[in-house]
Amino acid sequence: MELELSETLQPVIDGLSENYPDKVIEVYQSSGDTFVRIEVDANIEICKYLKEEHHFIYLADILGADRFTSEERFEVIYNLVSLRDRQRLFVKVWLEEENPEVESLTSLWTSANWLERQTHDMFGVNFVNHPDLRRIYMPEDFEYYPLRKEFPLLGIPGSIELPSSTPDTE
Amino acid sequence: MDTKDLKNKVNPKFFKKHQESLYQALEDKHTTVEVLDSEDPLNTKMVLNMGPQHPATHGVLRLVLQLNGELIEKAKLDIGYLHRGVEKIAENKTYQEFMPYTDRMDYLSPYSNNVAFCTAVEKIANVEVPERAHYIRMIGCELARISSHLLWLGTMVQDAGAVSFFLWTFREREKIYDIFDNIGGHRFTISHSRIGGVANDLTSDAIAMIKDFVDNFPKELEDYHNLLDRNRIFFDRNEGVGVLKTEDALDYGATGPTLRGAGYAYDIRDFAPYCRYDEVEFEIPTRLEGDNLARYYVRMEEMQESIRILRQCLDKLPKGPVRADNAKQAYPSKDEVYYSMEGMIHDFMMTDTGICPPEGSESYHAIEAPKGELGFFIQSNGTGHPWRLGIRSPSFANLQVLENILDGEMVADTVIMIGGVDPVMGDSDK
Amino acid sequence: MGIENSLSEGYLTTKVDTLVNWARSNAAWPMPMGLACCAIEMMSFAAPKYDSARFGSEVFRFSPRQSDLMIVAGWVNYKMSHAIRRIWDQMPDPKWCIAMGACASTGGMHRCYGVVQGCDNFLPVDAYVSGCPPRPDALIHALMKIQDKIRTEHSVKLDT
Repeated sequence: MELELSETLQPVIDGLSENYPDKVIEVYQSSGDTFVRIEVDANIEICKYLKEEHHFIYLADILGADRFTSEERFEVIYNLVSLRDRQRLFVKVWLEEENPEVESLTSLWTSANWLERQTHDMFGVNFVNHPDLRRIYMPEDFEYYPLRKEFPLLGIPGSIELPSSTPDTE
Repeated sequence: MDTKDLKNKVNPKFFKKHQESLYQALEDKHTTVEVLDSEDPLNTKMVLNMGPQHPATHGVLRLVLQLNGELIEKAKLDIGYLHRGVEKIAENKTYQEFMPYTDRMDYLSPYSNNVAFCTAVEKIANVEVPERAHYIRMIGCELARISSHLLWLGTMVQDAGAVSFFLWTFREREKIYDIFDNIGGHRFTISHSRIGGVANDLTSDAIAMIKDFVDNFPKELEDYHNLLDRNRIFFDRNEGVGVLKTEDALDYGATGPTLRGAGYAYDIRDFAPYCRYDEVEFEIPTRLEGDNLARYYVRMEEMQESIRILRQCLDKLPKGPVRADNAKQAYPSKDEVYYSMEGMIHDFMMTDTGICPPEGSESYHAIEAPKGELGFFIQSNGTGHPWRLGIRSPSFANLQVLENILDGEMVADTVIMIGGVDPVMGDSDK
Repeated sequence: MGIENSLSEGYLTTKVDTLVNWARSNAAWPMPMGLACCAIEMMSFAAPKYDSARFGSEVFRFSPRQSDLMIVAGWVNYKMSHAIRRIWDQMPDPKWCIAMGACASTGGMHRCYGVVQGCDNFLPVDAYVSGCPPRPDALIHALMKIQDKIRTEHSVKLDT
């Protein structure tokens, strides 16, 4: 596969392939951005390696996505930025549908706290060892995960309560 | 405080599980460092709820604070009171149909959100935008930045107590609204940007109004500086309040003026320039202290730099078309639509199907919105609707920073700190 | 007002009515429920160019106990709707409500799971303002319509 990596990104990819050859599943580029797909259990060690060795000290975003395939349905995408080398790298993991679990990155970056809560709220991904895994947008009483493809756009009637249109008498 | 006590304090009338888990999380915060003393004869400890409806929380933000007298021991933020599911809506709309939704995200500077979305789609679909459109977008973005910072200034200083500032900054904002009215027909949520360029050209009237504004605004800015820069009360209220230490700033995920006030000169206009920002000269104001005063200075200087960029854009504005000519990627101009068959068919196809980025492609593009790094992550499946549109909103990241720096401050400073961090709830609760 | 009880609509009641309604309509203090982009237009409505103070809406009282007109500006979430209802219940009678903007009136462009399709699902709305966001002139028009509505009320009978 032809990868046109910039000179600062090439040593990062080389370092990853040397140190973690069996954990890096594929490296590809799309529209100028570089994506690295890794094994689910290796996400903390690879992110730690990227943070310490290659100076990716800023975690810009954690996104979830629903591939809607029968195997490995969900993916979690980490958006890492290196200020020293002025580059961005995306690290992906693919999770299965039955029990989507991945290790939490709050030990590396405190900003992962709310970002993982957002992914949990929208997709139902469970982040192991997260200090405070609650829903962030929808109230806790809500039982569904809105951004999954099978959740209808208009919502499920009765899933969330509306106040009464008569005043509270107490 | 044990759990039995908690259940007595919280008596939720609606969303029982939500309120109980929120108060439980507040109690669990920092439990390792807390000294467990059950003696509280004067009842100085209390849990205060700055509810979603509050005059000074800049929208619907809820804070639950545990107070010890006037000192905040721990704080928890509850957001989501303005959540609509914009990312879900995006999966059902074409790229151009989604444009008005981006306007309503960071509703203080809607032009920047439009440009962010357009540049992200243009990146994934590989659309060439003409030069004049780039400069018009830059002019719009910088005007939106000035408008957003003026509102921040007005409301933050009003929350600090100087109520008349609100009226003065709104008077200036009305001038910017008049410019936007002339450009796009609407006062602020204009959706002027189109994929492939902008909707229509600037008239000579609009350019005259912008020149007028650029000439008169620095004088107003100087007036604001004269009032606040040597003001004892303003200094006392802002200095040393809400300090974000430099080593914590990147860890907590700060972005925009909050990050630049803490020492990192990270500005997307400089990091990954878009829209001809590499051809204009401007500086990135940075401060090292990290307190509210530093954020104030950063934003005031950013307004000055915006005026500088506007002057350069007006000088360099090239002549030419304002939208890409490719019929599969951009709407044809109205002349073609009304007077030629192909134009009409292309207009119909663009509205019906829209632009189709290649299947399986994904890309991320960020711009420097007034609040910070606003980025769109698009995954495409070959159709005119995105498969996944992820939005990286700056206010979400800045609110997380707020949750971490509130501990240890006085309760009266909460309002100032929220104003200094400048969140917009439509942006953080997408 | 015990005497008025026995008199239903007589000369005295209508005169008192007119006086009371004149006072109420020219001092409709709004309670801004500014949620989203329409809140910015509501702030412009209070700002110098489209002054709301000249219509009697002098102060924007953020306390429900001290206001009589609630302006719901912006889309209403299911999570937020309970808070809005509680605030509405806390406002003392007589009170009126303006649903400002397309989102507060009908859900607007946000036809999705999180947004209540119109705040009249749980609030009794008196005036709807269309627009996204409506110009401050449109909000002034709505305020004037509410003032007209107040002037035709039977205030004395309402209070007893």
